[in-house]
Amino acid sequence: MSTQESYVTEDGRTIGPTVMEMKNITLRFGGVKAITDISFDIREGEIRAIIGPNGAGKSSMLNVISGFYVPQEGEVWYKGKKRPPMKPYQVAEQGIARTFQNIALFEGMTVLDNVMTGRIRQMNAGLFSQAIWKGKAEQEEIENREFVEKIIDFLEIQHIRKTPVGRLPYGLKKRVELARALAAEPSILLLDEPMAGMNVEEKEDMSRFILDMNDEFGTTIALIEHDMGVVMDLSDRVVVMDYGKKIGDGTPDEVRSNQAVIDAYLGVSHD
Amino acid sequence: MAQSSQATGGLASIPALLQRNATLYAEKSAYREKEFGIWQTWTWAETEKEIEALALGLINLGVNEGDFVAIIGRNRPYFYFAMVAAQSVGAVPVPVYNDSAAEEMEYILGHCGARFAIVEDQEQVDKIIEIQEHLHQFEHMIYIDPRGMRKYDHHALHEYSHVQNQGRAAYDEFITDLKERREKLTYDSTCVMLYTSGTTGRPKGVVLSNRNVIESAKNASEFDNLTSEEEILSYLPMAWVGDFIFSVGQAYWCGFCVNCPESADTMMTDLREIGPTYFFAPPRVFETQLTNVMIRMEDAGNFKRKTFHKYMEHAKKVGGDILDGKPVSGADRLKYAIGNALVYGPLKDTLGLGRVRVGYTAGEAIGPEIFEFYRSLGINLKQLYGQTEATVFITVQPDGEVRADTVGVPAPDVEIKIDDSGEIFYRSPGVFVEYYNNPDSTASTKDAEGWVATGDAGFFEEKSGHLRIIDRAKDVGKMADGSMFAPKFVENKLKFYPDILEAVLFGNGKDKCVAFINIDLTAVGNWAERNNVAYASYQELAGHPKVLDTIQEHVETVNKSVAEDPMLSGCQIHRFLVLHKELDADDGEMTRTRKVRRVVVADKFKDLVDGLYDGSTSVDTTTEVTYEDGRKGSISATLELRDAAVVSTAAKVAAE
Repeated sequence: MSTQESYVTEDGRTIGPTVMEMKNITLRFGGVKAITDISFDIREGEIRAIIGPNGAGKSSMLNVISGFYVPQEGEVWYKGKKRPPMKPYQVAEQGIARTFQNIALFEGMTVLDNVMTGRIRQMNAGLFSQAIWKGKAEQEEIENREFVEKIIDFLEIQHIRKTPVGRLPYGLKKRVELARALAAEPSILLLDEPMAGMNVEEKEDMSRFILDMNDEFGTTIALIEHDMGVVMDLSDRVVVMDYGKKIGDGTPDEVRSNQAVIDAYLGVSHD
Repeated sequence: MAQSSQATGGLASIPALLQRNATLYAEKSAYREKEFGIWQTWTWAETEKEIEALALGLINLGVNEGDFVAIIGRNRPYFYFAMVAAQSVGAVPVPVYNDSAAEEMEYILGHCGARFAIVEDQEQVDKIIEIQEHLHQFEHMIYIDPRGMRKYDHHALHEYSHVQNQGRAAYDEFITDLKERREKLTYDSTCVMLYTSGTTGRPKGVVLSNRNVIESAKNASEFDNLTSEEEILSYLPMAWVGDFIFSVGQAYWCGFCVNCPESADTMMTDLREIGPTYFFAPPRVFETQLTNVMIRMEDAGNFKRKTFHKYMEHAKKVGGDILDGKPVSGADRLKYAIGNALVYGPLKDTLGLGRVRVGYTAGEAIGPEIFEFYRSLGINLKQLYGQTEATVFITVQPDGEVRADTVGVPAPDVEIKIDDSGEIFYRSPGVFVEYYNNPDSTASTKDAEGWVATGDAGFFEEKSGHLRIIDRAKDVGKMADGSMFAPKFVENKLKFYPDILEAVLFGNGKDKCVAFINIDLTAVGNWAERNNVAYASYQELAGHPKVLDTIQEHVETVNKSVAEDPMLSGCQIHRFLVLHKELDADDGEMTRTRKVRRVVVADKFKDLVDGLYDGSTSVDTTTEVTYEDGRKGSISATLELRDAAVVSTAAKVAAE
């Protein structure tokens, strides 16, 4: 397991050693290779982006990290240990939270309740205690609500706290999903196309929240994104995928000048 | 005008009132703010401690007596504390509109030579940093919300709570100094400086003394029998004189509780949770509420809708009379009581106005229907007429003598006279000290005997003794044929339609009047949804032929009503257009208190005005717009110019 020295970025954030490493991951669906032999790492405190054209295998990659897909080949190392195949909830228990490309919230529940579900890992009270809402259950709920309220305040969604999610516009739903993921106090936060379908203003807001999250809570963030402008501005390092293969990896500047990446985005024919 | 502080028991300043309240009302709630989903409360005793800690911190930072401290943020207890802390150390708080662009702030901070600013968050910090190099006296900035602030250079930048902590740590060192400074404050010391938004020219700094503020607060509180039990919601800009009087002056005088909403977006929910007993809102807020109620009733079930309309009809008939204590038959009273249980009570609760004992609207004329609607529900909504220079109160409506078309009788201790041209003058203990660093303006507004020109034209009604305002004196003009031109009169009639947000009338010195109209996006948008009218933008909706048809109907109805007034029948609208953008303070077309700047509008849209007069039926135009962050862009549009039917007066033939 490679450990690197911590360093401080230009804007004053500390990037720590590697927290997660993907080693030679290959993922197949029957005969289709979604991901071919990809390796990269995620360092503590950084914003790591995975980009690539449609069908490049970005979401599959994210699903491997989140434990939803188990790769046929390769290893996932997390916090210095090799991770055995796991169920998604076990991955969540390890401190990895995510948002979805197609929002997956409880539509009939209020924003507050949705975000509270993100705290499920922090609730240990037994069924009986929960049912009569006394003692431990009550105390836990109060603590968790306090935490959730801080996130609601942070993401500026106070005005929709009691609104059922189904009634919200798309941009706000995305923000609620982010709030729920954040409520889990993740050590790594996976964002699947957080800006998809947003207008410029919503994208600016979302970018600000992502940066602030990283800055204030020190959350490590891995994100998939289409919008190159956003990615280049936000991330510390970028992995570029095309047809399931890694074609570039490095800082936004390095990636931008990488010929393979330029070809992939400009659509040069593959041989 | 020589009231001494003897009358107020030696309480000659806001900090002195704070000391009194901290003993008298120690455990009573003074300020509340909803944060993290809960109403956080400070008692008067806690408020005093918070302010003391901040005041010590300010001394520690080097705030001197006579310094100006800019306060920039939305209504939060911390800012109210900051204002009184500044006063306690002998400095002058200068609240600034928090939505001002950087250049506007630069002017104000430069004009008063502020050395310190207490601001809300990163957004405001960034604005000040942007203009800092032009501000020579400026030294330290204190911010409340530390979010995103870690990476900033903290040499001259301090977090609010740290300043307080340093103040607490230096208690022994500075407390004697603080007490001395506090005791030096007299009735003549400056209490606050507020910049007027000004419909013309640069903002002017209105200096108000402790006498102005405390006397006005005292008089108005006694007029409405306000007690320490009132609850108010403070959500109007802190830089506006009204908020200072309600949330500081009267709150400190009476010792009542000031509640701050969680954010601007949650104002309506917070209003419902607090249920204020003393409420203040510009007509716009009441209009929006009413529009929302009506829209929601349209969507309600048949039974509910019918019940609503039936009982509202009854309320319209007798509600106002019951409120005014006039004789009403027993049967009507019974029916009103049933209506109260079924409709009025629940509706008032939904609006958050269920507990309102005294409600005021001011700033602009309110539509008679809107005014009557709230009164018929049993909400004691009244009007007042005021100015920054008068520390708000000039005239107020006493309970039981409330009407939509007057602004009431002179407030206690206020003298009013009207000169030959119709302009209103007043003299009161609330009359401002001066415009800061502007003796010329001071002299032209306030004469040696203390009479202040309001700039408004009006008259006293013979029968009731109530004042009626016609218009801004300088806006009243003459048409080419010599008849009177009073734009506000016509514009207000137009604005009473829910789908018209703003209207600007032109015609001074011309032979006929033309108008610009802004649609109300909420009301018209809702109408569009109901009638399957698709639109992608404000601009598209504003130019929709069906919308123009509706507006044309309104204009023509207004023309009929204007024609009935013999003096003003010349002000009928011959041609009009619906503007492609909302008039906005960021573009300088309105003041921050949302009053139209006529000259700016006339100048900026000169092509459109000309088009209306030369008879063209459409005009291409490009308008520069300023975004909230100060960037500029432009929008272009082709506007349809329409003729409206006018009612002929005497020999005049209806146009087209």
